[in-house]
Amino acid sequence: MSVHEQFGEDLALYALGGLEGEERVALEKHLESCAGCRRELEQLRGDMALMALSAAGPTPPRRARQRLLEAVAREPKPGAAPARVGWRTFVPWVAAAALAVGLVVVWLQNSDLHRRIAGLQSQAAQQQVELQQAREVVSTLTASDAMRVTLVAAKTPPQPQGKAFYVRDRASLIFLASNLQVLPAQKVYELWLVPTSGAPIPAGTFKPDAHGSATVINPPLPGGVQAKAFAITVEPEGGSSAPTLPIVIFGVGE
Amino acid sequence: MGRVGLLGNPSLASHPYFKGKEINCLSGAELKGGLTDAAVLSAIRSGDEDGMAALYDRYAAVVYSVALRVLGDTGAAEDVLQEVFMQLWRNPGVFDSSRGSLGPWLAVIARHRAIDGLRKRRPETDIADVVVSVEPDMAGDAQRARAMEKVRGTLGSMPSAQRQALEMAYFEGLSHSEISAKTGEPLGTIKTRIRSGLLALRKAFAT
Repeated sequence: MSVHEQFGEDLALYALGGLEGEERVALEKHLESCAGCRRELEQLRGDMALMALSAAGPTPPRRARQRLLEAVAREPKPGAAPARVGWRTFVPWVAAAALAVGLVVVWLQNSDLHRRIAGLQSQAAQQQVELQQAREVVSTLTASDAMRVTLVAAKTPPQPQGKAFYVRDRASLIFLASNLQVLPAQKVYELWLVPTSGAPIPAGTFKPDAHGSATVINPPLPGGVQAKAFAITVEPEGGSSAPTLPIVIFGVGE
Repeated sequence: MGRVGLLGNPSLASHPYFKGKEINCLSGAELKGGLTDAAVLSAIRSGDEDGMAALYDRYAAVVYSVALRVLGDTGAAEDVLQEVFMQLWRNPGVFDSSRGSLGPWLAVIARHRAIDGLRKRRPETDIADVVVSVEPDMAGDAQRARAMEKVRGTLGSMPSAQRQALEMAYFEGLSHSEISAKTGEPLGTIKTRIRSGLLALRKAFAT
């Protein structure tokens, strides 16, 4: 997915809040339908965060921390119940009027709830269908009796291969490997997510079956990490926090 | 969805991410007390004031310094600091951790708010809509100091006209037409300088 070059400069100005008038309207309209340019906008905001670091150095005065924490203490906590009202001060006719208003509100809310329930039921049915499809995919991928076939050019000797499917926004990763060598006891393969910047992130350990096949489904990963590549190393049982060279297999994102 | 094919290639052991000592210091937003940003945010969502204190200790300097650079006034910068953190306390849901990292997000929001203050205008950006994709880890002092050096080095190596255009857009909140009017340079040149300046920063962190 790539950025549309004609919007490149406007995207930078838009990220900075400096795009105005018709250019802004045109870009916002384009962004609604262009995931590539939306992604570039996120990247430009990342570049802006880097720019902020050029100002780093000054630290806030000590009183600022105290001021914030006092303000936090004064605010209602998220999810806290509202303060109780002294109901005894209400005279009866106010109560009667409030009751009448309340009944109308309850009736309106009831209608609204009915509509929402109908919407939720429809959503739930759709999700049930999607869940069933997802389960079928995962069960095929992970079934112990699944036949796994790797197709390569004729007369190519078998070599270790892996395929990683990664959705950054959901931190979801599915990894399939084949033709891996069987490992000695106390050794495992470890999958690594190599971010575009920073150290590799462990993405699960595994042992291949007798045919050299293995699957890793959704290992715990931090959210939103942009992956540059994936790699496999051999590690002691339990895995390592940093990869041990050499790399067994390695692949860069398409 | 990203798809990555992996093939045996031991020569890639020299890949920069597997070379040298960086390999042994896994990044990850860990507080001095061992809590991740996600854990601190979770504490804030449940109304834990200690979570706010932890968050402040980690990111107040980033938020304050950018606000101070924009506003040039310690009191006004402190107000932005207060406002940004209170917004997160009142509505922690405005930050969606699946769509970026907290430190860079706070830096971008602080800059937006400071520019709004500078230009005496109402907040123009809905902060819940701001998604920031960024790589450097701003959580730790050491990582932040390294990133800061790199940013300053990159800015220092830019032609001065380009750095000036970028800084006017970023820290003064000027539009390209305002910068063009101030510098006498054509609009297109200013646009190009701003974009390529931001891309130069990105490139410095991609290697």
